[in-house]
Amino acid sequence: MADTRPIIVEIRNVFKSYRRGSQVVPVLQDITFDIPEGEFLALMGPSGSGKSTLLNLIAGIDKADSGAIRVGGVDITTLSETELAAWRATSVGFIFQFYNLIPVLTAFENVELPLLLTGLSRRQRREHVATALAAVSLSDRVDHYPSQLSGGQQQRVAIARAVVTDPTILVADEPTGDLDRRSAEEILELMERLVHEVGKTIIMVTHDPRAAGKAHIIKQLEKGVLNDHVLSQNPL
Amino acid sequence: MFSLKILFKNAFRHKLRTTLTVLGITIAILAFGMLRTVVGAWYAGVEASSATRLITRNAVSLVFFLPISYKEQIRQVPGVTAVGYSDWFGGVYIDEKNFFPSFATEARTAMELFPEFLVPNDQKNAFFRDRKAAVVGRKTAERFGWKLGDTVTLRGTIFPGNWDFTIRAIYRGAQKGTDETQFFFHWDYLNESLRKTAPYRADRVGWFLVGVKSPDMAADVAVAIDRLFKNSLAETVTETEKAFQLSFISMTEAIIVVIRLVSYIVIFIIMAVMANTMAMTVRERIGEYAVMKTLGFGGWHIGGLIFGESLVIAAIGSAFGIGLTFPAAQAFGDYLSQYFPVFNVARSTIYMDMAAGLTIAVVSALFPVWRTVRIRIADGLRRIG
Ligand SMILES: Nc1ncnc2c1ncn2[C@@H]1O[C@H](COP(=O)(O)OP(=O)(O)OP(=O)(O)O)[C@@H](O)[C@H]1O
Ligand SMILES: [Mg+2]
Repeated sequence: MADTRPIIVEIRNVFKSYRRGSQVVPVLQDITFDIPEGEFLALMGPSGSGKSTLLNLIAGIDKADSGAIRVGGVDITTLSETELAAWRATSVGFIFQFYNLIPVLTAFENVELPLLLTGLSRRQRREHVATALAAVSLSDRVDHYPSQLSGGQQQRVAIARAVVTDPTILVADEPTGDLDRRSAEEILELMERLVHEVGKTIIMVTHDPRAAGKAHIIKQLEKGVLNDHVLSQNPL
Repeated sequence: MFSLKILFKNAFRHKLRTTLTVLGITIAILAFGMLRTVVGAWYAGVEASSATRLITRNAVSLVFFLPISYKEQIRQVPGVTAVGYSDWFGGVYIDEKNFFPSFATEARTAMELFPEFLVPNDQKNAFFRDRKAAVVGRKTAERFGWKLGDTVTLRGTIFPGNWDFTIRAIYRGAQKGTDETQFFFHWDYLNESLRKTAPYRADRVGWFLVGVKSPDMAADVAVAIDRLFKNSLAETVTETEKAFQLSFISMTEAIIVVIRLVSYIVIFIIMAVMANTMAMTVRERIGEYAVMKTLGFGGWHIGGLIFGESLVIAAIGSAFGIGLTFPAAQAFGDYLSQYFPVFNVARSTIYMDMAAGLTIAVVSALFPVWRTVRIRIADGLRRIG
């Protein structure tokens, strides 16, 4: 059956290498693929295969050497540093392996942080934050500092922070990598709900087959080359 | 508002580290302020000196005398309004360490020439009536608990013997910079005694105090006076009071240069310490700043947070330092009032303190801000975990 959903991420012939001294180390080679809207995609592959690098390129926090990356119709490879920052603020939600909450801010303030870059009033911000925290079932922990929350709870706050701006895509780099099985399960269910109920597009890097099992599509990176033939459509 | 909150929370994240840094800045600013105040005290005599007063002394040196007969000749010089004269008495009260300046002086003219020494009229009259009377500065009177009518005995160092005086007047300074430690008595009292005990030392004075009509006449009058006594037995040097005071200070100029230098070194050292602390703090938080950048915060926004944090810490330290300078100067000034009759914290010192605090803040933030503005997000994120 043909996929009729609109394409939200278009990656065309992307190359990326790092310079180590005089040596040029190729990391990504000729990556091309599309991600339709509402997709839950898992990127897998051995350590050092370039998964995080690819995710960073899609999320606009690193620059490709060549090729084009269009997200929601915007070719982000042509944006300046400042334009990229503004674009990220509205278009990308980030979920990290180590949660990366700001320790001096409460759960509420951490979720509010990305909204400061929008034109929302204080009241509107409070409403958005409350909604986001309710969605991750943490309404009773708003005034807690990250150090007063469990790993799973911190990651839920991070998810609330990622979705509060209603971004075009969500990127997650090993979101369950630092969690026990139960918490990991909760986080994955939450992400699934975001896809199914809200229609979010999620791109997730993971080592965990269980996590990948929740995704609709699994892409495999091997030494910087994509071969999605290995593990294609995931039987839901 | 939110940025300010993060900034303050960050500043007090490591309570011990911040406290120690603030303490260091407090001490540095305090030391800086005190050293500058010492330098100021050194020059206080110069600042307080009048441009309409000249001092005529022996051309050879201050320790040589001039005959009292010069007085009438000096009085004749056009532009001269009054001529007084003084001797350095150098009396010791009980013990050497109780030092205060003491002079034998022709009091009527002196009081006319020194309007900044305020003496109530009844005390002034009592002083003039009593041959053995003395007028003493408020600070010295308070220091030894002297009251009007008390008899005070000074041991002469230049003029041997014990000399009894009755305190008849206590003067106050008209300005903050006026020396309130001096002790004056009638030159006649000294001279009469000398006539009896050491006639060859009588009828001589240490220096003449010459009042001139206006400051712009001072230079001409000085030249005219010195010309009068050219080729005489005792040639004179006449200079403004300011120049006279400066010639004292120039002897100690090197010390002042060193004190100034040390005051800047103190600031430099705390700047290095604070810069190191800020660099360490920011290095620890580089991951957090990378996260903020990821969320879309600009490098300069984050740089502003770091600069603000540096400013808050430096400002608190400086405020404490400045606040403590006043009581410290008070205590220091009281303790050393015999050497520094005027020991006030100048307004300019406070401004210098503030400038030093600001410099500390700016310099300390420079490298960390540059680093956070420059760092690539992907590299910053890699440092977490
Ligand atoms: N800033 C950099 N400078 C030099 N080399 C880099 C840099 N960032 C990544 N690399 C290299 O690029 C390659 C891919 O790194 P990447 O972090 O994308 O791998 P990964 O697939 O996410 O691995 P892991 O599963 O361990 O997270 C690695 O060989 C890495 O050493
Ligand atoms: Mg990785």
